[in-house]
Amino acid sequence: MRYLPLTPTDRAAMLTKIGARDIDALFRDVPKAAVVPLSNFDLPDHQGELEVERALEKLAKRNIAAGAGPSFCGAGAYRHHVPAAVDHLIQRSEFLTSYTPYQPEIAQGTLQYLFEFQTQVALLTGMEVANASLYDGSTATAEAVLMAQRLTKRSKAVLSGGLHPHYAETVETLANLSGHVVRAPVVPGKVADLISLIDEDTACVVVQSPDVFGMIRDLKPVAEAAHAKGALLIAVVTEIVALGLIEPPGAQGADIVAAEGQSIGNGLNFGGPYVGLFATREKFLRQMPGRLSGETVDAEGRRGYVLTLSTREQHIRREKATSNICTNSGLCALAFTIHLSLLGEEGFARLARINHAKASALADQLAKVKGVSLVTPSFFNEFTLRLPKPAAEVVERLAAKGILAGVPASRLLPHDAAARDLLIVAATETNTDDDADAFVKALTEVLQ
Amino acid sequence: MTGLPTISGDRGLDHEEQPIFELGRAGVSGVDLPDMKVGDSRLAGQRRRAPVGLPGLSEPEVVRHYVRLSRMNYAIDAGLYPLGSCTMKHNPRLNEKLARLPGFADLHPLAPQSAAQGALALIAELMRWLTTLTGMPAVAMSPKAGAHGELCGILTIRAALIARGEKRTHVLVPESAHGTNPATAAFAGFQVEEVKATADGRVDMDSLKSKLGPDTAAFMLTNPNTCGLFERDMLEIADLVHKVGAYFYCDGANFNAIAGRVRPGDLGIDAMHINLHKTFSTPHGGGGPGAGPVVLSERLAPFAPLPLLVHDASGFRLIEDRGAVPAGAQPFGRMCAFHGQMGMFVRALAYMLSHGRDGVRQASEDAVLSANYVLASLKDVMSAPFEGPCMHEALFDDHFLHDTGVSTLDVAKALIDEGYHPMTVYFPLVVHGAMLIEPTESESKESLDRFIHVLKTLAGEVKAGRRERFEGAPRLAPRRRLDETAASRKPVLRWTPKELPKAAE
Amino acid sequence: MSETRYTDQHEWVRVDGGEATVGITRYAAEQLGDVVFVDLPKLGHALAKGAEAAVVESVKAASEVYAPVGGAVTAVNEALNEDPAKVNGDPEGEGWFFKLKLSDPGELSALMTPDKYEAYVKGL
Repeated sequence: MRYLPLTPTDRAAMLTKIGARDIDALFRDVPKAAVVPLSNFDLPDHQGELEVERALEKLAKRNIAAGAGPSFCGAGAYRHHVPAAVDHLIQRSEFLTSYTPYQPEIAQGTLQYLFEFQTQVALLTGMEVANASLYDGSTATAEAVLMAQRLTKRSKAVLSGGLHPHYAETVETLANLSGHVVRAPVVPGKVADLISLIDEDTACVVVQSPDVFGMIRDLKPVAEAAHAKGALLIAVVTEIVALGLIEPPGAQGADIVAAEGQSIGNGLNFGGPYVGLFATREKFLRQMPGRLSGETVDAEGRRGYVLTLSTREQHIRREKATSNICTNSGLCALAFTIHLSLLGEEGFARLARINHAKASALADQLAKVKGVSLVTPSFFNEFTLRLPKPAAEVVERLAAKGILAGVPASRLLPHDAAARDLLIVAATETNTDDDADAFVKALTEVLQ
Repeated sequence: MTGLPTISGDRGLDHEEQPIFELGRAGVSGVDLPDMKVGDSRLAGQRRRAPVGLPGLSEPEVVRHYVRLSRMNYAIDAGLYPLGSCTMKHNPRLNEKLARLPGFADLHPLAPQSAAQGALALIAELMRWLTTLTGMPAVAMSPKAGAHGELCGILTIRAALIARGEKRTHVLVPESAHGTNPATAAFAGFQVEEVKATADGRVDMDSLKSKLGPDTAAFMLTNPNTCGLFERDMLEIADLVHKVGAYFYCDGANFNAIAGRVRPGDLGIDAMHINLHKTFSTPHGGGGPGAGPVVLSERLAPFAPLPLLVHDASGFRLIEDRGAVPAGAQPFGRMCAFHGQMGMFVRALAYMLSHGRDGVRQASEDAVLSANYVLASLKDVMSAPFEGPCMHEALFDDHFLHDTGVSTLDVAKALIDEGYHPMTVYFPLVVHGAMLIEPTESESKESLDRFIHVLKTLAGEVKAGRRERFEGAPRLAPRRRLDETAASRKPVLRWTPKELPKAAE
Repeated sequence: MSETRYTDQHEWVRVDGGEATVGITRYAAEQLGDVVFVDLPKLGHALAKGAEAAVVESVKAASEVYAPVGGAVTAVNEALNEDPAKVNGDPEGEGWFFKLKLSDPGELSALMTPDKYEAYVKGL
């Protein structure tokens, strides 16, 4: 077997050195009845690369990739073009096959790129300090709520109606353990009342902007209302490229930012692995979960980096840790930081403008289709349409024509009657004018 | 000539590299994108006012920056990584190729399910491998890492207790447990109590019996345990735990020792997370991403979180809505957005198909054989607290360093100068100055012999009172020992431009 | 009369009138290594004898500090926020953690005298 270097001769020599008769002797602590004959496992035996490739290629071909035709799905995961250099660099052995940098002297590569990543995330979000990434945007949001509960010693979390329903469910699953969650009404295209739900019991208010329907929210009034009652504002961003064109949460009074970084450097991958971005104020640093890379010097006075403030983490504080987190999203954070380094200030700004331009033009075209209206007056690269028929059916019919037309709101809000006719559409720099025209044409046909 | 300081500060192939913020310039970019002008009318008055502050570099500069950074890292591809409890096995490149097939990599998670049948079929096949290898009826796929899987398992247990109308407050963990175990239990709202270990490194049954009671929600155990030993009393432990109405959680971090040979389900566990990045070779990536699916017993299966994957006449389907779950299912909630770490699922399945059941079994045998070979070769010159045989990792303590002025940490740092990543040190906490060595099945006998020879010689140096290799080690790595105290006292967590001296007026 | 008493958790308490100053002993500071951060109690907080009062962190460990006697917190050593190294440099002087207004001076009698503590540490 190609991955196993030991030969029968090696094994025999090793058993002799150990003084064991056979390999079974080494497993003598296993109850006899628990040793399973190989034939009892209903699984195939080993296969060569060719066979394995064939098997998985067959499965891959049964999916409709976003690049196979016009594709406009968003709602928390966005298709952007990742330069070839990114994937090439993250596959370097020393990045791909290295471990967590617990021995900093031989992990300066990892520690330095994490330091740079932390800086980029702080700059993008307009916050003072960021960590070295969490699993994804949804778990980052849940961690932010828990952090706010610890900081304020209050238990209530208020979630805006525009928060991605998967994120809201994730927050509820975790935050309900130590408090309770209140969800504001979902009113696509409008700012539903949130402020009246904030009281002296509130630990935090969670607002997503752009929201799940694509609408850009003004965080300042929510920040003021939250702070007036001693609560914290948690800002959620699921399309990080938006921060290339709109005001960052840090400039609007956010106390914690929980975001999804997938759009930069990382492909769609059917939902994972993604990369959670987490940033906050300096004064909250010691309550922040996740790894941190910090600058220091070595014994010869040279600048270097180490994991720091580890006493917050599980391997030291155990049951008193800020979280139970062990891994970050290392390689995905690397892809993010490399892509952002390639974009730079000018490239990132241009990317954001192209996205908005594409979405704006598409929204205009689609709103002209008979029976279709635009629900979100403001947006970055994602907007919501009201259709004259249930959106889920329309999407299925368009898929049959080779067009992935967006995400029906009913997929995320299956019990919300008002969501049934709503279609969430995203457009990025990867969508061409031909894509847009094909979408408009097909939609017109389907709605006749 | 060799000791002469260089003009550039670099030495041969060893290059220093500044933070990228010190290299960038305005007006430069590594991508070519058209410059579109956009109006404000749809931006709700929120157009960005200030620049972000990102550096601009061309592609050649960016590539060089990251290549130079990479060369300051140790990696499995470069050398043996004897990290106990991490399972640093070879990361097959076929897995990387297949994960990048557009049908997987470019598939949107919320595409219509009819457009994702191949992905759902892959997840189902991986579920079949995981449940077959573990002998458990069900598996929750969404957790994004091992610790996330632990949380999922504990929350499933919590949900099952609530459904029984019971309120139990305590979770028991062995004193040798990995930190994530008590952290997870506390996170889920339980009080944690420790169970003592015996002199031969296993669960002290008397201690366990004295702590099990009607307020016990669960016992969390790693098997093989964190000392690298198989818990002989597993069946009795399962029995005792179940008798008081509690659940048996198994931390699957060490599954590599027994995969293909023993099914944890046969040992009476109720839930076990599997670290795909350990046992099933998905790359560690410098700290992540991982994946931590959790196998569940019949008792716990109904409480698995959303989404659920079902297969019926119309094909594969994800159920994401609590209102649409099959009869009997009572999901406790959702662990994260979307469906799980698909990228890692592809890699893990490619590994499983490549190894097959015979390869998986051979891999665990070779892992156990290699660890015992290391133990047998070193136990006379170093000190092993527990009588062998061990499982897939060999534990030593610092007894042999007593009164030598050399610590476990010094030995670890000296190994760096010898071209090795150190073994796991100071874990588990139940022995003093622990050194936990897990070679895995990916090492040739030559590689093992070389490693053993170096450790043996280092131990000999200590015994002979020669401390030069240890004092101030490492000397040959890109950095000497770093000041972690200063990093914690005055944390500097982002790059800031240095103040320029003010020009004279 | 100002006399220092010690606990078996390596806290010291020095009483002056009805006010007690509390810190950790030199032995504890040595065991911890370089102190990087001290999480001090809030002013006015009422602590029972034996309750968790503070947390002291080094790079690799974090230890709880317990109130050797009960009382209300009247002062905390803000200087430790800027310079936690004081705990290593002068643990029983400038490295003090907090002051309490004693609720029950009788609790002092259960604690160890300097001689008893020295003997206790020797036996560890």
